[in-house]
Amino acid sequence: MATPAFNRNNDRSAMNKPQDTRKKYCRFKKNGIKYVDYKDPNFLLKFVNEQGRVLPRRLTGTSLKFQRKVTQAIAKARHLALMPYVADALK
Amino acid sequence: MPESQYLCAPNQFFSPPTFTPIVMEVRNYETVFIVTPVLNESQVQETVEKFTQVLKENSAALLSTEAWGLRKLAYPIQKKTTGYYYCLSFTGEGNIVDVLELAFRRDERIIRFLTTVLDKHAVDYNNRRRNGEMNLQKAAKETEAVAH
Repeated sequence: MATPAFNRNNDRSAMNKPQDTRKKYCRFKKNGIKYVDYKDPNFLLKFVNEQGRVLPRRLTGTSLKFQRKVTQAIAKARHLALMPYVADALK
Repeated sequence: MPESQYLCAPNQFFSPPTFTPIVMEVRNYETVFIVTPVLNESQVQETVEKFTQVLKENSAALLSTEAWGLRKLAYPIQKKTTGYYYCLSFTGEGNIVDVLELAFRRDERIIRFLTTVLDKHAVDYNNRRRNGEMNLQKAAKETEAVAH
């Protein structure tokens, strides 16, 4: 089982395990998604951590172009109470 | 300036000033708003009717009205935990948005609203969504399964 990308550097237990060699990719570019919908909170939940904060590109692999769109979409979804600004246990 | 110039063509100078409206670009817009849950069904319907009327009066072309129904809010707004969600999409000039948003602000039955300009990709996406082609989301779900 590959180690999750988010504890690659900090988690000591992960250091002995073989490194995840899979290359990260931008899922928008790969799937030809051109528009990030703010009305779909379930999709946006993938770009947010348990506290409801936006995950960095370094973890999700999203390209800069779409990361900007994702953040905008999340901001809109939060305004419309489709997503929380702060949460305790989202996942 | 010689006086004869004015005497030559009096009509040109004495005609009332013509009003030239500022031509604004016609764009696609989408407005999502939340109606208070304290109203009953007919009152909610009336509220929505009011705003579609506002759009009609300002010569906007209403493309669709979506009712998402009574949804739970992610966080309380005005001490309400639920709300009726509605989504209007329309085309028109930019000044319509000001009129519509002013009407939203003045109405206390509306607890939240958001108007967004739609680019060509968004219009395309919305059309597909309305026609029930959810290929986009299925693809996204598949990638999610691969990624984790």
